Amino acid sequence: MGSNSTTINRGLTKRIIPCLDIKDGRTVKGTNFVALRDAGDPIELATLYAKEGADELVFLDITATHEKRKTLSELVNRISQHINIPFTVGGGISSVEDVSALLANGADKISINSAAYKNPALINQLAKEFGSQCIVLAIDTKKEADGEWYVYLNGGRVKTDTRCIDWAVSAVNNGAGEILLTSMNNDGTKQGFALDINKTLSSLLSVPVIASGGGGSLEHFKDVFNIAEADAALAASIFHFNEIEIKDLKRYLHANNISVRL
Amino acid sequence: MNLVIIKYNAGNIQSVLYALNRVGIDAVVTDNKDTIAAADKVIFPGVGEASTAMNYLKERQLDTFIKELKQPVLGICLGMQLMCSYSEENNTNCLGIFDEKVKKFTNNIPALGSSLNEDVLELRLKVPQMGWNNIYNLKSPLFKGIKEDSYSYFVHSYYASLGEDTIATTNYILPYSSALHKDNFYGVQFHPEKSAATGEAILKNFIEL
Repeated sequence: MGSNSTTINRGLTKRIIPCLDIKDGRTVKGTNFVALRDAGDPIELATLYAKEGADELVFLDITATHEKRKTLSELVNRISQHINIPFTVGGGISSVEDVSALLANGADKISINSAAYKNPALINQLAKEFGSQCIVLAIDTKKEADGEWYVYLNGGRVKTDTRCIDWAVSAVNNGAGEILLTSMNNDGTKQGFALDINKTLSSLLSVPVIASGGGGSLEHFKDVFNIAEADAALAASIFHFNEIEIKDLKRYLHANNISVRL
Repeated sequence: MNLVIIKYNAGNIQSVLYALNRVGIDAVVTDNKDTIAAADKVIFPGVGEASTAMNYLKERQLDTFIKELKQPVLGICLGMQLMCSYSEENNTNCLGIFDEKVKKFTNNIPALGSSLNEDVLELRLKVPQMGWNNIYNLKSPLFKGIKEDSYSYFVHSYYASLGEDTIATTNYILPYSSALHKDNFYGVQFHPEKSAATGEAILKNFIEL
C-alpha cells in the first residue's frame, strides 16, 4: 500500500475459497507451486493458500474405500492442527455420525450433496444437532435446453427433474446454512461463473452462496461478486496451477471496490 | 502457564486447543471446578444455542462459579454472549458479567414510513453473518499490536450491543460489540482460533495478560 490512505469499507468481505480434492489423504489434482516440497500433501498446499490470503478452504474427499472414514478423520485432525483459517470438509458424507466425527476432529463446516437429496430429513437432523452454521449444501446444477437449471447427483452423473432453485429453497428451509453452487456448464471451462443462477440464488436465499465452476480470470471473480452478488467464490485448478495467485486476485478485487480481506 | 478450557455442551473445543498449541500453549479441557479455579487463565468457548448452554451451566452450578473466577477469563463467540446480561435467543437470562444485551440481527426491510434507526447501515444482509469483518476502536491490552480494522472471522446470528464494556466494534447491519471487557473478564464475538495471524496474536495477548 502506498502513501495514499487506503479506504476501508468496513463490513463483511467477499470470500475466496480454494478447493482441494483429496484421495486417500493426498491431494489429487496436480500443482505447479515451486514453493511446495510435496505437491500431494494437503497440509502443505493448504498452509500455502492460507498464507496467500485464502479466506477459507474446502477439502473434497473422493476416496471410495472402506478406510475412507478413518483416513478422512485423521486428515481433518491434522488440518485443524496446522491451518488457522476455517475449513469445510465434503465428499460422501451421509450420516450424523460422519459429521460428528469430522466436527470433533476440528472441521468448521461439512458439506453434503447427494445424500441430502436422497434423504432431505438429513439436513434438518444435522442442523438441529450441530447448528445450521456448519451445514453447507453442495448442489451440482446444469442448465438444460429448456433454460432451467436442474439438480444433478453423484458427481454430476445422475440427472434429476428437480429445479436447482426449488431444491435450494427447500434445503435452506430445512436448515442448510450455506449453499455451494457448482455449475456443470461452466466447471472446467475457465470462461466465467454462471452469473444467472448464482444471482438468482444469492438474491433469493437468506444464507450465503458460494459460486463454483468457471472462474478463469480476475474479471470472472469481479463479475461473480458484482453482477451475481455471490458471497464467496470457489476455484481449484487455477489456484493449484498458479494461473491466478490469491494475493493478486484479492488486490485486483480491492482495486475494483470489492470488499476483501487483505 | 496453566490454561484451562471450560468443557461444557457447547463448543468447537478442538480448534481452540490446536490454535493454543500453535502459539505454544498446552491447554487442559475440563469441567472440574478445582482445576478451573487453580488455572492461570481460563477460556470459555462456545458454539450453539444460548438457553441450552445456560441450562447446562446452571444444572452444574457452573454459572455462579464462572462469575466468581478471579483470573483472566476469555469468552469466545457464544461464550462471550453468555457472559452478557441477557440474550434474545430463546429469551435467556445469562451470566450478567457484562451489562450489554444480546440481540438478533434483523435484516427485514422496515415498513414504508417507519423511522429508520440512524445506526442501521445495511438491511439487506444475510443472517447469520459468516466470514471476515473488521474490528475497530480497539481499546484493550488484548489487542496489543493489532491494527485498527484488522480482519477476524465471525459466524453468528446474535450480537452484543455497544456499551461501556465494548473494547472492539464491528459493523454488520449496525455497529456492535465484537469484544467486551470488564474486570478480569474478556469476551470476543469472533473466532480467534480461526482468524489467521490476527487471531493467534490475540490469543497470545490473552496468555500474556
